Amino acid sequence: MTDHQHSQGNPSVKPKSSGIIPGLVQGLITTAKTAARPSHTAEYPDAQPHLPPRSQGVIALLEENCTSCMLCSRECPDWCIYIDSHKETLPATTEGGRERQRNVLDRFAIDFSLCMYCGICVEVCPFDALHWSPEFEYAELDITDLLHEKTRLGEWMPTVPLPPALDPRSAEPQEITAANKPARTTPEARP
Amino acid sequence: MNPALELALRLVILVVAFIVVALVVGQTEHKVMAHMQGRLGPMYAGGFHGWAQLLADAVKFLQKEDLTPRDADRWVFRVAPAVALAPYLVVCAVIPLSPTLVAADVGAGALFILAAGSVGILGVLMAGWSSANKYSLLGGMRAAAQLLSYELPMVLAVASVALAAGTVSLTGIVDAWNPLWLLWQLPGAIVFLIAAIAELKRTPFDMPVAEPEIVMGPLTEYTGLRFAFFMLSEYAGIVVMSLLFSVLFLGGWHGPFSDALGPVWTLLKSAFISVVIIWLRVAWPRLREDQLQRLAWLVLVPLALAQLALTAVWVVLSSQ
Repeated sequence: MTDHQHSQGNPSVKPKSSGIIPGLVQGLITTAKTAARPSHTAEYPDAQPHLPPRSQGVIALLEENCTSCMLCSRECPDWCIYIDSHKETLPATTEGGRERQRNVLDRFAIDFSLCMYCGICVEVCPFDALHWSPEFEYAELDITDLLHEKTRLGEWMPTVPLPPALDPRSAEPQEITAANKPARTTPEARP
Repeated sequence: MNPALELALRLVILVVAFIVVALVVGQTEHKVMAHMQGRLGPMYAGGFHGWAQLLADAVKFLQKEDLTPRDADRWVFRVAPAVALAPYLVVCAVIPLSPTLVAADVGAGALFILAAGSVGILGVLMAGWSSANKYSLLGGMRAAAQLLSYELPMVLAVASVALAAGTVSLTGIVDAWNPLWLLWQLPGAIVFLIAAIAELKRTPFDMPVAEPEIVMGPLTEYTGLRFAFFMLSEYAGIVVMSLLFSVLFLGGWHGPFSDALGPVWTLLKSAFISVVIIWLRVAWPRLREDQLQRLAWLVLVPLALAQLALTAVWVVLSSQ
């Protein structure tokens, strides 16, 4: 049944008022009612906005997790992530063992004057080094000050909200399953 | 008192009161319009609910560069804002707030305000013509057409009141007023209010300055203080039209304790009309150019003529 038939069949549904005069009066009534109600405006600098926890305000860096793999930098649509790193050789831990090489992060910077807040870098990071923080008050008088180096990016880390709780009866996270697995026992020698 | 001194004193008081009241109406429009749209409006300038917003705007306008387009008719372009503002000041001078409180008491006040008020059209037309801009020209032409067609019903409505009072003096009209006028001059009052809003080029009659179509019409090329003058003349126009409406149709200073509170009653009635004018702006959409002309010639002029005939019949019958 269409709406048209419905309104014809049901006399209690009032047809929308039409014509010039009812329309003009309706406009006056609506504006007067709105003026009588308190407005919904939140006066921002005096009252903080209620942001959803997943707001994309600024990108925080957890430096320990970064392996300088450059994935974020390469995926960035406007190339605003700068990474410098060098390789460090670690001595062998056991006698006669092989020396290991490790990436050391020298510079990690995001230029927020270029960033378009797409969040691809956060999505693509395989080691959870980048996180969204809802903080947004980092406007600068000089555009070059919007280039946040790794110390500044690290300072945003405490403002990152906790991950959302799992749904009830959902599967256990992989990490916990792995940690709870009994240690592998050495198989007995075959007879 | 020395007549020259008294003249200067009256002039200074008039200009200060004129600008202050115009700014108060402007601020009222900011706040009323905001609350009708579910906003707060200015809240910071001056501290208490942004009372000094328009003063802050004035300071900003002062700092702007005073640009004149290269191809503009320079002299006309520069004079136009003053031509738009001054007639309202002149009209303001002859409107009585009470039998004694008037800057300049003119015998034929009703004629004087109609004559002086229509000079304001020239300012807009000059601005539109001299700007050397197609939007300004279109806006100026629209303004001229609109102001000319709404001048007629306005004159007829005022004529009806003058006929009923038997005088063209504004003080005389208010003295002849009695509450019955609210009823039998009602069509004339409605015609006058609509024509007044159209004269002010305010929504729903803001076709000449329709921003989505022709940017800002005749004001497109104006910057800084000259633009501010045009805005001030709009608010001053609201003041003048509200005062006129309350004097012509609402009985000016008539009211309880009118001996002591006469000017307060006039101002209260005018304030009410100002808020109504602001309210209509918020609530109603803009009329198209042809609808606008149709309303003037097919509705308002016949209505005003009918009111004039009714008044004439009444006056003749009651005088017998």
